[in-house]
Amino acid sequence: MKGFGRYMMFLGSLFVRRETFATYYKLILEECVQIGVNSALLFILVSTFIGAVTTVQTAFNMVSPLIPRFVIAQVVREMVVLELAPTIMALIYAGKIGSSMASGLGTMRITEQIDALEVMGINSSSYLVLPKIVASILMYPLLVVLSGVCAIIGGYIVGTFIHIITPTEYVSGLRFGFNSFEIVVALTKSVVFSFLISSISSFKGYFTKGGALEVGIASTAAVTTSVIAILLADYIIVNLLLQ
Amino acid sequence: MIKIKDISKSFGDKMVLENISSEFDKGKTNLIIGSSGTGKSVLLKCIVGLISPDNGRVYYDLRNFTEADKEEKSEIRREIGMLFQGGALFDSKNVEENVMFPLDVLTKMPLDEKLDRANLCLKRVGLENVNKKAVSEISGGMKKRVGIARAIVNSPNYLFCDEPNSGLDPQTSILIDELIHEITHELDITTVVVTHDMNSVIGIGEKIIFLYKGHKLWEGNNADITHSGVAQLDDFVFANKVMSKMRSL
Ligand SMILES: Nc1ncnc2c1ncn2[C@@H]1O[C@H](COP(=O)(O)OP(=O)(O)OP(=O)(O)O)[C@@H](O)[C@H]1O
Ligand SMILES: [Mg+2]
Repeated sequence: MKGFGRYMMFLGSLFVRRETFATYYKLILEECVQIGVNSALLFILVSTFIGAVTTVQTAFNMVSPLIPRFVIAQVVREMVVLELAPTIMALIYAGKIGSSMASGLGTMRITEQIDALEVMGINSSSYLVLPKIVASILMYPLLVVLSGVCAIIGGYIVGTFIHIITPTEYVSGLRFGFNSFEIVVALTKSVVFSFLISSISSFKGYFTKGGALEVGIASTAAVTTSVIAILLADYIIVNLLLQ
Repeated sequence: MIKIKDISKSFGDKMVLENISSEFDKGKTNLIIGSSGTGKSVLLKCIVGLISPDNGRVYYDLRNFTEADKEEKSEIRREIGMLFQGGALFDSKNVEENVMFPLDVLTKMPLDEKLDRANLCLKRVGLENVNKKAVSEISGGMKKRVGIARAIVNSPNYLFCDEPNSGLDPQTSILIDELIHEITHELDITTVVVTHDMNSVIGIGEKIIFLYKGHKLWEGNNADITHSGVAQLDDFVFANKVMSKMRSL
């Protein structure tokens, strides 16, 4: 509870005594590139495989001849759009980007780089953390869209390759009963999750005390706490939006 | 000139500093000395405001820093250059970018002017042709020099150095000391150096304060330090083999 209060104060501190807009623009751009370069390939790889596996398993579970084949694609779509792309990828994002944010800031803290910024009269939390949060909120939804597309393509390739579904069935299944509100839910999730991951990880890293060992601990704690926050938020969002 | 008045600081119930008052003069290298764990770094951090003291005030040329609001504090901090114990260079930037950084954030100088200024400072600390090197590629002594270059790039009025020669060989240590000493006189600034190196004390100690378990036990200069009459200070000074040999001569 005390930690939560400090976290809220930390968030507040990001918005006081800021630098010029031009400074942030450059920092945000750098962070975006960093996030994209670091995670795009992993996201493509993971989501393509998840899409493929989901397709095969769904087909495996649908043994009844009464169920038309295109339903496989429909199920894959629902799972990918609502849960796999935004939520499962968020867990991976926490592991990859969250931990690197925490260890990066933790290292800056223990090597006095953050003190050096403060002595220059810069609000170090705002200077270092705000760009990370903004860049995450910009980039993560894009990564989620990318994952969604990759997962569906993965399902298509495997499904048609091992002849559990024809291309026409797959495409009509994707379109069947599609409700575009699902996209809204997915994007809401991605914005909320990316905010949670980047702010929690930064918080853990920024307040690291001690040495190299503590940087490792902070980075692990960042991932653990982010994952818990994601799961809680996922539950709340689904309850609020999909009633 | 920097004046500190009755600075106290404790962590939990552990008293680290108790009622420290002193003055650090302009155009001089002022030293804070004492053995490990006596609160030298904490005192330095209190002076620059990285730690807020429980009690007492810090004045920068009569400006009350401790009770200044955020704006005024930023204003004063723009006049501060600081060399950290480990250099504290930004490892996401190369040498040149590190040195230019204060100019990037504190001034509106055009790029070529910033580059000129950074190169001038790098040259001043005896570093050339390392501009594009990453921080991880340079040695410990070079890091300290880059740290000094970064500390002086925005022409500070106050320079702080936390153990500028820890972890360096004796020759490089003396070079770094002399560099700090020369810069102080050249730019006529107020320099405060934390050290426990007797070489520095004798070499550049124009004004020295001696801390012992959070108290200031003595203040003076390098000419007087060997006959202070303070037992704890004698222990500190003559712990050095060379010094104790000289004493017995
Ligand atoms: N943030 C902190 N929280 C709690 N205790 C601290 C903190 N910073 C310093 N101390 C304590 O204050 C005392 C003085 O520390 P300080 O770093 O000032 O020593 P020092 O004189 O600089 O020693 P050294 O020469 O080894 O650097 C130490 O006992 C240390 O444990
Ligand atoms: Mg120290």
